This record gives sequence, C-alpha cells and structure tokens, in this order.
Amino acid sequence: MAGKVRSAVSSWLSQVGDLAGFAARAVRDIPRPPYEFGEILRHLYELGARSAPLVAVSGLAVGVVLSMHTRATLERFGAESMIPAGLAMALIRETGPLTAGLLLAGRIGAGIGAELAAMRVTEQIDALEAIGVDSFRFLVVTRVIACLIAFPLLTTILNFAGIFGGFLAETLASGMSFQLYMQRAFAMIDFPTFLPSTLKTMAFGFIIATASSFLGFRADQGTEGVGRASTQSVVLSSVLLIVVNVLLVQLIFVLFPTVR
Amino acid sequence: MSTETPPAVRFDHVTTVLGGRAVLDDLSFEVAAGESLCILGRSGTGKSVTLKTIMGLMSPDAGRVFVEDDEVTDADRDTLSDIRQRLGFLFQNAALFDSISVGENVAFPLRRHTDCDSREIAEIVEAKLAQVGLEADIDKMPAELSGGMRKRVGLARAMALDPPILLVDEPSAGLDPITADEIDDLLCVLRDEHDTTLIVVTHNIPSARKVGRRLMMLHEGRVLADGSAEDLDRSDDPMVRAFMRSEGSG
Repeated sequence: MAGKVRSAVSSWLSQVGDLAGFAARAVRDIPRPPYEFGEILRHLYELGARSAPLVAVSGLAVGVVLSMHTRATLERFGAESMIPAGLAMALIRETGPLTAGLLLAGRIGAGIGAELAAMRVTEQIDALEAIGVDSFRFLVVTRVIACLIAFPLLTTILNFAGIFGGFLAETLASGMSFQLYMQRAFAMIDFPTFLPSTLKTMAFGFIIATASSFLGFRADQGTEGVGRASTQSVVLSSVLLIVVNVLLVQLIFVLFPTVR
Repeated sequence: MSTETPPAVRFDHVTTVLGGRAVLDDLSFEVAAGESLCILGRSGTGKSVTLKTIMGLMSPDAGRVFVEDDEVTDADRDTLSDIRQRLGFLFQNAALFDSISVGENVAFPLRRHTDCDSREIAEIVEAKLAQVGLEADIDKMPAELSGGMRKRVGLARAMALDPPILLVDEPSAGLDPITADEIDDLLCVLRDEHDTTLIVVTHNIPSARKVGRRLMMLHEGRVLADGSAEDLDRSDDPMVRAFMRSEGSG
C-alpha cells in the first residue's frame, strides 16, 4: 500500500516537473525567431475571433444576472444609483477576467488538447519533425502567443458585453437612460482598475495554452487518448487558472495599492 | 584523404530499450547509397523503431546512428533539421496534415526549406502529384482521400525536396493488393530512375521481393538474416524460411 502511494506521488511529481519544463521551454521560445506569423494569425482567428461570440453572449447574460442580484441587495439601502458602478467594478476587477478564463479553458483548452492529441496519435507531429520543423515552436509556441494576445481582448469584450447586459436589466427595471448608466458605470473605472485585471488574463491564456498543449503532446495511442487529453486539458487548465488567480490578485494588490 | 562514398545509413551497436525490453539489441548494419533494403520481421521486432531512429524521432539508449557522414544520435536541432532534409519519410498511415489540402501538404516542405516563389512551388507540387497520379486531386482535403490515395500523397510529400534517402513504413498496410502493388511500382520507379536509397519496413513478402534488392530480417532486435531474397529463401534458419514462404499482406 505504502509502495503504491509512493509510486503514485512519484509519478505525479514527475508529471508536474515535465509540465514545468514544458512551460519553461514555451517562455524561452516565445521571443526567439523565426516567428511563425502565418500560424499565429491562424490561431488568433481560430482560438480568438471564433471565441468572441461565446464570450459576448456569456458576458451579456452575466451582466443581466449581476445587475438583478445587485439591485436586490442595494434596493434595501436605497442605493440603486450605485448599481452601474458596482456592476462595472465587479465585472472589470474579477468577474469578467475569471468568467472569460473559465469559458476559454473549456473552449480553447479542449480544442488545443484534442487537436494536438489527434496529431500525436496520427503521427502528424512526427511528420512535422520529419520535415525538419520544430514541432514545439510550430504547434505550441504559436498557440501560446495567440492566447497571450487574444485573452485580454476577449476579456474586454466580455466586460463590455456584461456592462451592456447590466444596462438592459437596469433600464427594464428602472428606465435608466443609456447615457446616465454608462456615465455612472465608468465613473469609478480608471486605468489602475482596468489594466492589471485585464492583463492578468494573459497569464490565463499562457496557462490554458501550455497545459492543453502539454496534455495533447503526451497523448497515448488511439481515440481514447484524444478524448482523455481533451477532458484533462479543461480540468487542469481550470484548476491551475483558479489557483493562479488567487496569487495574481494578491500581486495586483501589492503592485497597485489603489486598487484594493 | 578518402574519396569513398559514405554509407547512406549506418547503425553502430544500437540498443533501444522500451518498457524494459530491448527492442533493438546491439544492432549494427549499413545501407549503401542507392541500395534498396527491405526490413522484415514479426510485429514488435523493432522495424519501425529502426526507421524512427534513423530520422532522429527516437533516441537509442546506446550506440550511434549515421546518415551519410553526419551522426544523428548526438545532433543538435539545426544539424538534425539539415539531416532530415536529406531524408524522406512515408509514414504507415501517411500522416498527412489534415487541416490543409493535398497540394498544401506537398508544398509544406518546399515552403519551409527552399527559396522557391509561389509559382515555382506550384509547379513542383503539380509535378510531384503527377508522378503519383493525383494531379487532379490537388485541392482535396486529406479526409476526402482513400487509404491508397493518402499513401500516394504522403509519398509525393516525402519526395518533395528530392531527398536521396527515402524511409517507408509499411507501404502496403491497410491497402488492397492492387493498390499496394501500385505503391510498390512507385517505389521501384524511385529506386531505378532516381537512384533513391530505399529503406522499407514491411511484413509483405511479395512486396519486399519486388522493391528490395536486399532483405534484412530482424528478430528480437537483432539481425537474423541479411541478403538477397534468394539468400533468405535458402536460409538454414526455419523462422526465416517460414517467413519467406508466407504471403503475408501486412
């Protein structure tokens, strides 16, 4: 029994070490030429642009729900006029980045994990190497760069869609005008509020792209391996994202004390 | 200074252990430039591992592997990339990139490793696909192709850079006898008209007799027999004789 536990822990630690090495190689290779601009653009479209409708619709729904909850709470204190500012602050500081991160862990994480696993089991990754192409740079680094660029943009889309959703709910409830709502919503939003929380999603993008690529690259033979890589990509990306988010929030508080 | 042509491929006491078992066990052999070698053997005897080791896709636990004068086993990434441009590899299931068209698959190595402009690449791609009889399918996606067509596209891609050495993994696997014969004919054309060094892994004895001027049988990671088809037919080893009498279709 003790032997089995030791073996399981040893195997788990070995995998963590491999993942850390994989991520370190991605960090090292990102700034190194040659840059695969064509592949980066393709991934920006596939992973970024094609995720925009998902985050926009989700953001809209999150905004409506947040507005309804905020109204129910603030109404008791006669502070309904704070609804737009409270909602915008909540979305931009935390709800937007985290919701976008988890949504994209599902869509992009599963996609990258399954695609690379399928390429592994059908020997397409070996074929790339056989042609003299560095498969890591071509497949992993390009996806990581695309995610680093796409995540802050997608988060911004989700934030604005959420604020607009909040307006729809508020205007239905109180008849507030669009101009007044936006004026109040952005009254307390400044760059130290917007920038760190939005840019931290670059870390989410890095985590999702590297964790999913790692699992795709290590996929076992067969279709079962593809399915497993896809599922594990979503689970690992989501867990890592939530844990790293705690550290990033603390870091933002230290670096930008006014945000606190 | 020696002017002797180096062997196309040389294995020097190569051992590869997978899952605690020596898949290649102190294996040594050479393949001369222009030679056509078929590697035979039962499943799990290290045939595909041999090809992947030549390509540098797998690293042996001991021993050295050379392609012409360059050592694969200790090559850095740039040297390995240079070596790989002298090798074509036809994978068992062709391993076509399924997100791009047939034409783009064949163009891929040309775009990576030549300075050809788009027009020149298009001409080469058309010529390579014409060689394998698929010029009309240039815009199709790999998913639209049959197994035999995929193999032929894989062959066109492997030969896109006109490499002097072609590695072929199970050319007849999963194909009907007529289509398998067509692939063998294409390999014979490369052997006879382009002097390409062929190293072909196969279970298919009729195919090996047709394509290989030299046959090498592996057993438990070692060379059990090596020579012409006639030499192996006359072998004293009952396993070699049994294998050569079989008509296995891979």
